[in-house]
Amino acid sequence: MNRNFSREVENNMVNVLEIVEDEYIHPGTRMCAGCAMSLIYRFALKALGPKTILTVPASCLTVLHGMQGFCTTKLSVLHTPFATTGASASGIVASLEEKGLADEICVVAFAGDGGTTDIGIQALSGAAERGTNFIYACYDNEAYMNTGVQRSGSTPLGAFTATTPGGKTRPKKNMPKILEAHGISYVATANGSYPLDLYEKFKKARDIKGTRYIHILSACPPGWGYDPKDTIRIGRLANDTGFWPLYEISNGKFALSQPSKKFLDPAKRKDIEQYLSAQKRFSNISKQDIETYRNYIRDQWNEIKRRLENQ
Amino acid sequence: MTDLKKDYQKILASVQKPVIGEAGKTGTWSRLKPVIDLEKCIPAKSGKFICFNCWLYCPEAVVSREIPPKINLEYCKGCGICMEECPVNAISMEEVKFE
Repeated sequence: MNRNFSREVENNMVNVLEIVEDEYIHPGTRMCAGCAMSLIYRFALKALGPKTILTVPASCLTVLHGMQGFCTTKLSVLHTPFATTGASASGIVASLEEKGLADEICVVAFAGDGGTTDIGIQALSGAAERGTNFIYACYDNEAYMNTGVQRSGSTPLGAFTATTPGGKTRPKKNMPKILEAHGISYVATANGSYPLDLYEKFKKARDIKGTRYIHILSACPPGWGYDPKDTIRIGRLANDTGFWPLYEISNGKFALSQPSKKFLDPAKRKDIEQYLSAQKRFSNISKQDIETYRNYIRDQWNEIKRRLENQ
Repeated sequence: MTDLKKDYQKILASVQKPVIGEAGKTGTWSRLKPVIDLEKCIPAKSGKFICFNCWLYCPEAVVSREIPPKINLEYCKGCGICMEECPVNAISMEEVKFE
């Protein structure tokens, strides 16, 4: 259990009471109990406000929105095929520009990791290259959870999925880096266990022009294999072990976010084994893979350190 | 002309209405429900607007941000995140019967 009272509240600029009271999702959705994605979606919509149009490909989010006839979200949502998220957002932005509403209404594409790293990357890359004025948010639960946990480009090394029964042999695709290479105005990583940090990032992204990309790690109880009550704890471990650092790059300027700042010092990081052993999907991971993880984390943070020093 | 009208009606029919409880009463998903001990709960005890970790971390948004915090058991899925995140362990999971 978490005994650090309001750890995040103390450290962050946003206070829990400053977050808007309005909820944009009605309770009683189809999401699994303890789903981090519904928490992410809840705070993202709070930050974006009512003047938002969402475009969503097939994903767990489609399940949240419900069956034909009824929906759970109070905002306008366009459901699109898997590969067209970026293109559909470009279309919505173009029509808003034609009507003169582009400054007022924010267009947001919300997709899963499969729809971003595998199937939707072409349309997203195209939209980013065109400089479409929209936010692309990817909630990353590290496999195709909606269809029964199949491997995606975002699945980490050694993880069990339905299509990698012996553990995945390739590492996770670094999507924020790919989007950063497009030279877009804002790239950020977030984590469902830090909703205040996430809220701030979406609020900040809303006021920036150009293509903005936010990649959010989203813990998934059935897919990752842990008890639903541990969702927040597992997400925190991903941050505390240094596996998923939280940072933002606005107009080329790199900055670490508050929850990840202290992990620049390697002594403060927890061992990656704590994160891996808490999830059943890593139950058969080899010693060699764990060593690869340690090297990956070390290299990742060395690079962050270099970037912070050289700017 | 009539065809156009029909098409428009079809589009209108595909517009979905936001409703509470799209998946039914999700409170029935779990036997165990969170119960707040008001003698331990920080906002209830101090009467101040502080803490509200249960409201912050609830994925279903069924906890209210008021004094004392209330939980809508009709739609609470019983995941237990609020119990884990409560800094003073004021929330316990118990078997609650509700209509």
